[in-house]
Amino acid sequence: MTEPLLELRGVNKSFGVVHVLHDVDFAVYPGQVTALVGDNGAGKSTLVKIIAGIYGRDTGDYLFDGQPVHVHGPRDVAALGVEVVYQDLALCDNLDIVENMFLGREETKGIGLDEVSMESRARETLASLSVRTVKSVRQSVSSLSGGQRQTVAIAKAVLWNSKVVLLDEPTAALGVAQTRQVLDLVRRLADRGLGVVLISHNMGDVLEVADRITALYLGRVAADVHVEDVTHGQIVELITAGRSGDLGIAENPATATV
Amino acid sequence: MTVGSDTPAKVADGDFSGDSHQSTTIGDSARDYLNRLRGGDMGSLPAILGLIFLFVVFSSLHDRFLTTYNMANLVVQAGSICVLAMGLVFVLLLGEIDLSAGVAGGAAATITALFLIDYDLSWWIATLAGIAVGAVIGVIIGALVSTLGIPSFVVTLAFFLALQAVPLKLIGSGGSLRFNDEVLRGLSIKNVPVTAGWVAAVAIVAGFAALSLWRYRSLSARGLVHAPLALVGLQIAALAVIVLGLTALLSSNRAPNPDIFVISGIPWVLPVVVALLLFWTFVLTRTRFGRHLYAVGGNAEAARRAGINVTRIKVTAFVICSSMAAVSGLLAASYTGKVSPGSGGGNELLYAVGAAVIGGTSLFGGRGRAIDAIVGGLVIATIPNGLGLLNQASYINFLVTGGVLLLAASVDAISRRRRSAAGV
Repeated sequence: MTEPLLELRGVNKSFGVVHVLHDVDFAVYPGQVTALVGDNGAGKSTLVKIIAGIYGRDTGDYLFDGQPVHVHGPRDVAALGVEVVYQDLALCDNLDIVENMFLGREETKGIGLDEVSMESRARETLASLSVRTVKSVRQSVSSLSGGQRQTVAIAKAVLWNSKVVLLDEPTAALGVAQTRQVLDLVRRLADRGLGVVLISHNMGDVLEVADRITALYLGRVAADVHVEDVTHGQIVELITAGRSGDLGIAENPATATV
Repeated sequence: MTVGSDTPAKVADGDFSGDSHQSTTIGDSARDYLNRLRGGDMGSLPAILGLIFLFVVFSSLHDRFLTTYNMANLVVQAGSICVLAMGLVFVLLLGEIDLSAGVAGGAAATITALFLIDYDLSWWIATLAGIAVGAVIGVIIGALVSTLGIPSFVVTLAFFLALQAVPLKLIGSGGSLRFNDEVLRGLSIKNVPVTAGWVAAVAIVAGFAALSLWRYRSLSARGLVHAPLALVGLQIAALAVIVLGLTALLSSNRAPNPDIFVISGIPWVLPVVVALLLFWTFVLTRTRFGRHLYAVGGNAEAARRAGINVTRIKVTAFVICSSMAAVSGLLAASYTGKVSPGSGGGNELLYAVGAAVIGGTSLFGGRGRAIDAIVGGLVIATIPNGLGLLNQASYINFLVTGGVLLLAASVDAISRRRRSAAGV
């Protein structure tokens, strides 16, 4: 098996007395979609924010390309080539697609903005992702549908030659056709060799598009399995009970936690 | 499960460029514009229609309204409101408000006048001192709003009250400072030499034409989204008509007794306002700072996640607003020839907010342009000018201006609703 692109080892995180993550190991492989599943409160969001550099770690290692790296903030993470697409997308409605994709990282020529280069690059990126539902790259984001917004947010993440993309609930608010588009896009990202992390509550999406599944249960990794090795029912059991047959956490973690 | 590993880039490229939506004819552009209007993106259109309406009404009610003498007056009267409104556009873009801008202008003008009179300093040092006063006020307001998180309405209301103390203490109640420096007073009462005015006007038109055509060429050469050539030509023609027409108007002899003496040329205040307009338009539309300002106004959280320093953007916007307020205070003092303790404490600020909103800047943040302040400022200045000619009691002036402001705010709110419904 190939080496993981991004790896967390033995990560612990507490907020005050609440121990949110217990010795979590998490790995993202290039060219694979890793689904991160878990019930509400299992620690998915905390884990994503630690990967994104928004939260620090109490203990544990952050490895990128096999090398331990020091991560102190979102900028360090972005510099590594890790991009996060949050559930609320973080797009500015009053700006157009190009402006949103380059927000905070605008290209300049002299003292002014280099609109020509930015628009060309935005176009190339959208085209390389086979996005054909957008009328114009100079369209205001407020005029886009939910799926198109998700597409723009993902394209924004890919624009920077990123190596790992984390998608937080990308299909949660989408209709059937738009979910289809976004899942296709997620698959294409992985086929391009990126490491993709898909956080989702929708088991259908996960089983369809993911290569590996990491299930969190009350802040612990219940299982880290290949998608072919588990059934829909087993994943649900891992999420709700932390174990399923011989998979999962041996003891009952609810009594073992602090 | 496995989708398109078959070189998606190439397939998509054709699809995408075929899909891309460039208005190729003037008809397409017109249709786009109509769609935008219907979707609630009105821009300056209501203000321009309002201005035309006011001009028609006043010129039919009074034969002196459309004289070149009165038009030149109008330009000078509108100057300080336009500049104040232009500054306010920056805080309005963030969805904030600065109620203290008017009195900040009064305080700045007081300092400048004192520097001129008591210390006998040259006009540019006094001017810089006045603008510095504005900048400092802006830094403090911006810091309180962005770091302590006090609503800007409250912070600037406090400054509106407190800053009125500055001129009152420095001038003394009932007194006033004369403002008769040759250069600063000359902004309102002197005119650009006619030849120089024409040269500048032609240079502006030529510069705009060259820039638009160059932009058209570089965009169309790369196949990027661009306006059709006919529209570019139309824009250039419209600008030429406005600029050259105004220059011709102001270059003719407008003295009430043309046989006895000659008044002609563009009042100096106009080039000052135009220079500020060009500068801030460039900043808003062509620089990273401008882009970030719109982003913070549109979605501050998204801007923060994109690595934009939201605090810095907010503080800078307040500094720009208060500094422009200082310039506006100087222009107002230049127009009246004096600074009194009440300078800037009257309705100036609300007129300027009204001007920005009438011009198309949204009170909800994220939408607005520097030119909005000019168009709206002209509307606001035309009302007292015309009513004054008609010898109307001043209560009418207040009623009409209040009504116009309310109308503009309603248009803003309604178009915002339509925007979110139409998703434009």
